Amino acid sequence: MRINESTVIAAPAELVWEHILEPDNYLHFMSGVTRWDVDGEVRSGLGARYRMLLRVGSAEIGGLIEVVEEIPERDLAWTSVTGIDQRGRWRLRPRREGVTDVEFRFSYGVAGAGLGGWLAEHVAAPTVSSRIRESLTGLKQLVEQERRRRDSEPHSVTRA
Amino acid sequence: MSDPDTVGARASTNGHSNGDANGSGSGPVASSATDSARSFPLPLVDEGHKLAGAGLSTAAGLAGKLAGRFQRRLRADFDDRDPDYIREQLPMQWLLASLYFRGEVRGLSNVPENGPVLLVGNHSGGNVTPDTIIFSLAFQTYFGVERRFHQLAHNLVMAMPQTQLLQLRRHGTVAASHRHAEQALREGAALLVYPGGDWEVHRPSWESDRIDFAGRKGFIKLALNADVPIVPVVAIGGQETALFLSRGAWLAKAIGLDRFRLKVLPISLAVPWGLNIGDFAAHIPLPAKITIEALPAIDLREQFGPEPDLDEVYEYVTSAMQDSLHALAAERRYPVIG
Repeated sequence: MRINESTVIAAPAELVWEHILEPDNYLHFMSGVTRWDVDGEVRSGLGARYRMLLRVGSAEIGGLIEVVEEIPERDLAWTSVTGIDQRGRWRLRPRREGVTDVEFRFSYGVAGAGLGGWLAEHVAAPTVSSRIRESLTGLKQLVEQERRRRDSEPHSVTRA
Repeated sequence: MSDPDTVGARASTNGHSNGDANGSGSGPVASSATDSARSFPLPLVDEGHKLAGAGLSTAAGLAGKLAGRFQRRLRADFDDRDPDYIREQLPMQWLLASLYFRGEVRGLSNVPENGPVLLVGNHSGGNVTPDTIIFSLAFQTYFGVERRFHQLAHNLVMAMPQTQLLQLRRHGTVAASHRHAEQALREGAALLVYPGGDWEVHRPSWESDRIDFAGRKGFIKLALNADVPIVPVVAIGGQETALFLSRGAWLAKAIGLDRFRLKVLPISLAVPWGLNIGDFAAHIPLPAKITIEALPAIDLREQFGPEPDLDEVYEYVTSAMQDSLHALAAERRYPVIG
């Protein structure tokens, strides 16, 4: 099952990128995520591994994931190492100056699970989709709040 | 699922626990019946051979074969656990747990991240225990199917045809005995046990919010011997999957089942049977909401000193579980609905 959701964030891609690269942020903006721990030496970017869990229905589902693709300020993709099969991808594309289109793609499933797997994927889809929409809203709020804070900084310095 | 203490004793009595039992108490059978029958001194087999008739000898042989099959089902091969199979079953388990039982599992972060651990649960639901399905799902999605996880089950459950159908052995379920429990922990597994066993699982529905281990302390000795922490696991809702009326201890005694170490013959109203005595053919559980909570881990020697008093530990563990169960019960507004 693949789910795509997108949003428009009123901030430059550079700032959005900064937020999606930082693992500590995921517990703040990702809805339903109960765990996002760095696993290993690499903290972020290509090769970074995380132990992540997402609450869906009666279980926290996830596993160990690894970032397998990194094009700065454009694409960040991961795939699962253990746990259910999953692939995630952030796609950032500048719309105009200071505005970024953000797309999140997430695909998941369990290879070999047959009809039960197919059914579970479809039953879980509305929840997962809703979680992703909430996450994008969370990211938008977080990034735009940070942009406003940074925009106001020079004035604060001037006043001081 | 059952208690390693009591079932272990039962298993030894039946001679399944080690090869030493082969020669004792079954002499007359040993001369002509199968190896399986020699190591399984059922009264039926003994009596059949005493008559030494040809027909009865055949019957004894058949009984021996059946006994052998039964015995094989009770023998634990930890290699039967199949992580790939478990992984493939997770979606179906998830559907059942999420849609039918509306399962909710809390506190898994209390379970140590690595290493062996003894998960001690209260047992509910008769011979169909949704708690185990839901907790196993939650444990294996949380820690991954790669983490070794075994569950002890009552010998009777392991011998039931449904067990073969559900492939419980591939899920990591093994017959309850001290030997199996110690081996699982020694090999670094997380092990789920239900000290209350058949006594607790068949308690009346109106005692749903009661922890009743019947004074069984085998799990404490097990944790001490293996030097592993205990994580109490408290569940509510299982006793609402049917209307459990009585353990039927009096009935088991009246018809002599206690001679076979069956202390209960539960009586319930259950789908599809209506009046259900024994629950041997299991039942279709009502879709009761199941809530499960894992409590903080207890390191027995750290908390109770180098030689912990079993009674004190028992009181501590059961009290903590009882408090948690009361809190979970207080959250429920209606039976079954939750």
